[in-house]
Amino acid sequence: MDKIRALIVDDSSVMRKIVERSLRQAGIELEKVVEASNGAEALAALQSNVVDLILCDINMPVMDGLEFVRQVATVENAKGVPIVMITTEGSESHVVQALSAGARGYIRKPFTPDQVKEHVLPLVGKKS
Amino acid sequence: MTTDICITRRSHEEGWLPVLELAVEEVFEIMLGCRVKPAAQSEPQVNREFTAMVGLAGALCGVVTVCCDAKTAGQVAKSMLGDTADSQEQVADALGEICNMIAGNFKNKLAGTDERCLLSVPTVVSGGEYSLHSMADGTSMETVLLFEGAPVAVCLQLQS
Repeated sequence: MDKIRALIVDDSSVMRKIVERSLRQAGIELEKVVEASNGAEALAALQSNVVDLILCDINMPVMDGLEFVRQVATVENAKGVPIVMITTEGSESHVVQALSAGARGYIRKPFTPDQVKEHVLPLVGKKS
Repeated sequence: MTTDICITRRSHEEGWLPVLELAVEEVFEIMLGCRVKPAAQSEPQVNREFTAMVGLAGALCGVVTVCCDAKTAGQVAKSMLGDTADSQEQVADALGEICNMIAGNFKNKLAGTDERCLLSVPTVVSGGEYSLHSMADGTSMETVLLFEGAPVAVCLQLQS
């Protein structure tokens, strides 16, 4: 598997670091990590960055993760890029909303590196 | 299980304190790699130099708080980030995320509640000279646990 470029969207810089670390622990080699603290920042970041994977929280100020997933389909750079939600929102309705909007995976916080591996690896073309 | 009855009554009838304790233990074990258990009453009081808060709205109205002293808050951040956690901002961010995950994990464990309860983004207050007053008229429950030998208080205050 080639190195990948990831966009990590979370209003907590600590969580962004933990998600990045979990990706590396999952055996995913990262060429570049782009960070954004809300959906609006993430949409702006996608105008100037091409990424292979997006990991996104739901509860964020300015623009939440569900709205971001809905809008990302309109960004030329991001069409077809897999999105995995990583969030404390564990309800079935949030999962359904996220997957309906276009997310390809859903991880509930707190999460283990193994969960990241299980949900993300199949999306970036590497068998665990 | 209905959520239409008074939340304070439901919290007592269903015994939510063990659910809160379990939610706390899971978050500390998974995210910090540390097994924590409720502290004995003889343990020293929590020095509340840091308080992280996450609001609950909808089927549950109230606030979840996590309080500890500055050294313990720093230790929480180091457990999450390693030795790179050195700024006050990172310490507050880490404690806020722990509070966020505890609140989410707790509500996800309550049947029929998680679908209709929303969480706020975390707020963290630091400094020694403050006290926190909830204007809500309801009930509260608190568990104090030991993390790296220091007490951490997790409180759920519910509006009736």
